This record gives sequence, C-alpha cells and structure tokens, in this order.
Amino acid sequence: MGAPIIEIVDVGKSFGGRTGPTEALRAVSLSVDAGEFISIIGPSGCGKSTLLRIVGDLVEPTSGVARVNGKSARQARLDRDYGIVFQTPVLYDWRTVLENVQLPLELAGRPRQERDARPLALLRLVGLEAFRGHFPWQLSGGMQQRVSIARALALNPSILLMDEPFGALDEMTRERLNLELLQVWSASAATALFVTHSIAEAVFLSSRVVVMSPRPGTIDRIVDIDLPRPRLDKIRAQPRFFELVTTVRESLREDPALAAGDDAGRAI
Amino acid sequence: MVWEGGKALFAIPGYKLPHLHEILGDFLREGAGGERWFSIMAQNAGYTALESLIGFTLGGLTGLVLAIGFTHSRLLERGLLPYVVASQTVPVLAIAPMVVVWLGTSWFSKAVIAAYLTFFPVTINMARGLRAIDPDALALMRALAATSRQVFVKLRFPASLPYLFTALRISATASVIGAIVGELPVGSRFGMGVVIINAAQYYNWRPANLWAAILVSALIGIAFYHAVVLLERRVTGWRPSAPAI
Repeated sequence: MGAPIIEIVDVGKSFGGRTGPTEALRAVSLSVDAGEFISIIGPSGCGKSTLLRIVGDLVEPTSGVARVNGKSARQARLDRDYGIVFQTPVLYDWRTVLENVQLPLELAGRPRQERDARPLALLRLVGLEAFRGHFPWQLSGGMQQRVSIARALALNPSILLMDEPFGALDEMTRERLNLELLQVWSASAATALFVTHSIAEAVFLSSRVVVMSPRPGTIDRIVDIDLPRPRLDKIRAQPRFFELVTTVRESLREDPALAAGDDAGRAI
Repeated sequence: MVWEGGKALFAIPGYKLPHLHEILGDFLREGAGGERWFSIMAQNAGYTALESLIGFTLGGLTGLVLAIGFTHSRLLERGLLPYVVASQTVPVLAIAPMVVVWLGTSWFSKAVIAAYLTFFPVTINMARGLRAIDPDALALMRALAATSRQVFVKLRFPASLPYLFTALRISATASVIGAIVGELPVGSRFGMGVVIINAAQYYNWRPANLWAAILVSALIGIAFYHAVVLLERRVTGWRPSAPAI
C-alpha cells in the first residue's frame, strides 16, 4: 500500500471564547488511502466539520498536523488539490449554472477551451446540462446541490471535501443524490471525505465510517464497510447493510453523552 | 382632481395654490427675453440635471472608494467614519455657500455639493454590502486558492451590488437637491435653483411660475430615480424578482 493521501496526526483544536476556550477536537488521528470514501459521523458539536475544514486548510489546528498528498494542507490548498461542497449549495446568485461550474477554472486561470468544455461535461454527468443557462434561484435545492458537486469536481481535485451536503434535503432527494454522488465520484479519481448526520447515508456511500463523539471531539471507532461496489439502491435492503447500520448506530450509542439518544437515534 | 377638488373644497386662493391650468399655462408664457418659459425651464433643467449627474457620479465613486477602504482597513474606518458621519450632520444649506465661495459659481461647485449628498448613502450601504458575504462563499474562494483581488472582483463586489443600488436610489434624488441648493447662492446664473429663487421673489405677482419650477425640479429627481432603477434591472437582472419601483 502506498503512502496515505490524507494523514491527520494528533490534531487538536480549541476555539477561544468569552467563557474560556472550548475544546472542539482532541488528539484526532486518521489515515486515508487514495480512492477511499470516508464518512465522518457524529452528533452536533463533535467537531466533524472542524476536522474536515482542518484537512482543507480552512481552519488552523491548535495542535497536530494534517498532511495531504505528502504536503501540508496549506500547500495542497494552494495547489488546488481540493474540491469542496458545503451544506448549502453556495452558488453565486449572479452567475448562471454553467458560470458557477466555471468559477474554479477561472480562478485557476485555465485556458478558455477547458473552461467551456469541462463544466459542460460535468453538468451532463449530474444531469443538468439543459439548465446551464438558468440562475441558481430557478433550481430546486437538490439541483443546486448537484451544481455545487459539479463545481467541486471542475478542477479534477484529488480530494473531495463534503460538509453535510445533503443535510438540508428531503429523504427521497437525499437517497437519489447519494446514488448520483457515487456515480460521479467513481468517474473521478478523487478521495472523498464526507461529513454527515445520517447513519444510512454514511454506510451506503463509504468504504469506512469514522464515528466521533463530542466534548471534546474524538474518534470513537472506525467501521469498515465491506459492501460491494458499485452500490445500487437495492443494497439498502440487504441484511449486511442493516448489520452495518446497526454497528454504526451502536458505536454512536456507546457514548454516554448520547445515551439519551438525541441526534444519533433520529439520524436514520 | 385632488388638486382642484382640494382647492375648491377649502376655498384656497390662487396665490396659495394656483389652478393646474395656470401652472401649465406658465410654460407657454413669454419670458423677458421673448423666449417661452418651457424653453427657459428646459435649458435650466438640463443644466441642473448635468450638474446632478456629474455630482452623482463623483459622489458615487467617492462612496465606493471609501467603502472599499473601510472594508480593507478597520483602522481607516475608525479614523474616517466619524468625519463621514459628521459631514452629514451639517446642513447642506450651510455648506453650499462656502463651497461656492471656494470653488466659484461654475457648474463644478454645484456638482461637488451634489456629490456631498450622494457619497454618504453609498459609503454606508456599500460598506455593509461588502461585509455581508456568506462565510461559506468566502470559504469556497479560500478552498479554491483565490487571490484577494479575485475574491473582490468575483465575489464581494457582485454580491454587494443590490446594496449599492439601494444607496444609489437614495442618492439619485439627493444629488438633484444638492445641485439645486448649490445654485441658490448669489452669483449663479443658470439652473433650477436660480429659477426657483427668482420665481420666489416674484411669487406675489405670478405664483404659477414657482409652482412650475417645483414641478420641473421634481421631474428631474423622478427621472434620475428611474434611470437608476432601469440600470439596476439591467445590471442585477439575475435576481428572482425585479426590484419594485
């Protein structure tokens, strides 16, 4: 096995505040190999989004280090190794769908020809080629998020960071987009880091599910998902799928802070 | 109808509220030089409109530069903002004669006074717009390793355009007021301010003249406002609902 593509070593993060610092993450270590799809799951406040943002060099760790592609996270960001998808689509209202997907290529100063061809191919991939001239407000939430995924892949990033991308969508749209995401992702060469609240979503998508617990955020357990790929919707009905969902749920339950079952119980 | 009805109902005499036909008739009256008044009004209105436009542009640009400066430097904001605010607490009527004394009675001094009323709303609103950016939109730019210039050109500026246009609507009418006030001090020879001053002096003799001048001045302001709205529709056409008049 080659060197890990993402290496998180002993990362801690504290946020300053009026009532003193809050410890968001403590001693988190994780190695991710190229081509993996890793989900990070945990209740609100477990620092999973912070961890994702540390990998993407959007947040500085207080201690420890995140290395990506053998470089510092900062260097990886400057080399444009990342594609990122947020919980909200974060499309620029004044740009058409096509222009939104073109943005990363514009920023990177790519040649005109690539700026025209690549976004169109990506929009075709997410089934929105016909909407290229629309403005974001003319699209449903699910469609907007597909545009956002296309934009994240515009520069063919080696790392795809997703921060609860389907958290605001209804269950049916979410399941359909899970399927689409897998198609799009397997067509790319990206390694995916995916933050979610949903146990079923994490199990369906991932090669490994990282279970975190809060206050301070630590990794409780990593569950290997040995379901075969390509994963189709029918896999959701298989006994092994349920077993894995149960394993993940129990890992979440083991946390005494969650014994009352706030987020974890409802997440599926 | 409201006008004439009110006049009849409350028995308002002609010197307080002339008949509409008298006001409109005033435009056809011959002035001292033999010219009809609509032509005199049109020339002066054109003069005032030009001053307002120059002042509006000048003030808009000043406001923009200040707002951009403020969002880039808290220190600059802390140092300058109190003066910017203080400048607006001084009545423009007091400022106008001084500016005319400093800069002369040419169009330029009027444009400066118009700019004086224009820059403030633009500064305040634009500074807010440039700051009111979705944190994730900024995080996206950072993740894509955008330069600060790219962040400004491709995110901050376009995102704050609705704020800019809100300010420009306010400024559009204010700039006309500024230009007219700038024409009031002694020495000015053209513009609606001059027409208004003269009409006011002869009010007892021919009240309709002042009313006609007010009408024309209002029309300039309204025209300016609508020009801004039109521009706004064109520039921010991507927005879901065209902003209401």
